[in-house]
Amino acid sequence: MSKLRSTLGVVAIAFITLTAVSCNDNKKEQNKADGDHSEMSVDGDHSEMNHDNSDGHHDVDKNAMAINDSQDSKAEVILKDYFNLKNALVGDDNAKAKDLGMALTKSLKSFDVSSHSNTEQTELKDIIVDATEHAEHISESDIAHQREHFKILSKDITDMVAITGTNKKLYEQFCPMYDGGSVWLSMEKDIKNPYYGSQMLNCGKLQREIN
Amino acid sequence: MKIFKVIAWIALIAFVGIQFFPTDRNESDLIPQTDFMLVNQVPTSIQNQLKESCYDCHSNNTKYPWYNKIQPAAWYLEDHVKEGKSELNFNEWDSLSRRRKASKLRSIIKQVESDEMPLSSYTLIHSDAVLSKAQQTEIIEYMRQLKGEAN
Ligand code: HEC
Repeated sequence: MSKLRSTLGVVAIAFITLTAVSCNDNKKEQNKADGDHSEMSVDGDHSEMNHDNSDGHHDVDKNAMAINDSQDSKAEVILKDYFNLKNALVGDDNAKAKDLGMALTKSLKSFDVSSHSNTEQTELKDIIVDATEHAEHISESDIAHQREHFKILSKDITDMVAITGTNKKLYEQFCPMYDGGSVWLSMEKDIKNPYYGSQMLNCGKLQREIN
Repeated sequence: MKIFKVIAWIALIAFVGIQFFPTDRNESDLIPQTDFMLVNQVPTSIQNQLKESCYDCHSNNTKYPWYNKIQPAAWYLEDHVKEGKSELNFNEWDSLSRRRKASKLRSIIKQVESDEMPLSSYTLIHSDAVLSKAQQTEIIEYMRQLKGEAN
């Protein structure tokens, strides 16, 4: 009889382990569902169809398009995705930052380095591999993690621009408070902090102008 | 009581059954030249702790005490080793560029600092892998120092 009891014990342990293991993998899915609210609510506001300027809707759609058309293999596309991502973090929008992390992963992967010299190619490939990994992490984590990865991503993108150049005017901005001092790039001179978002939107200063 | 017994027997049979499913063991005697411990001057205490707490999932050689050989523990490890190694493999440390090393060091510091590594589902059965606050600090300080050199 005591043998039966110890077998029962083993079985119980086995069950517990099995459940523990199967619980473990659910984490990742849970955040996917909440991707698109922000667009929805805009539609809601316009529901009384009395005004004839329904153009408000189209602006929203255009923005979404601009974010998605990352077929091009130029550094400009990477920059555009990076800035969209930065703006999502400024807006504390975890779900949007995930989508944009994905978009950035794609544009990084399709980046063509062949027009550069050999040494530049080596450097660029290194940057791209590193940046891709951070973009991937951003596409699947909570906002605190996204910001951690955004910090290193920003360094990668800055180094990339130093090699590729850009036709845009960029501002390198610096927040002394986040993680011992952190840099990001922006297209606007005004400070909007992607590391703190609404919590400390204006923390930071202009450090350098590029172009 | 009877139904309980039936369930127990089914579970037992299932438990025995899954032992016959093959798993890929992550085992290798070779320590490559690129190993973290070979290319850095790592203090012995930190070496031991990293090997105990991280190497099972982040190197080419997992230790397999008895409980790691039985299912479902072996499956659990197989999955995590695959995922863990793709993120970070201490055995292949020196094959990373300077940029990648700095990036990984940062990530290690963050993971240890926030108690995310070693995975809590792992320390549940492998209590030696738990890092005390003092050990965490020791590792973090060391990694910071390395990161300073890499930049
Ligand atoms: C049970 C296996 C396991 C152990 C033990 C383990 N890890 Fe991990 N580690 C993983 C897995 C799986 C991932 C990838 C998924 C994730 O990030 O949670 C990972 C990811 C990581 C990452 C990359 C995370 C990121 O977001 O950039 C780092 C760095 C890391 N581990 C460091 C460590 C360190 C340091 C230790 C020891 C103190 C350790 N790990 C112990 C399984 C393990």
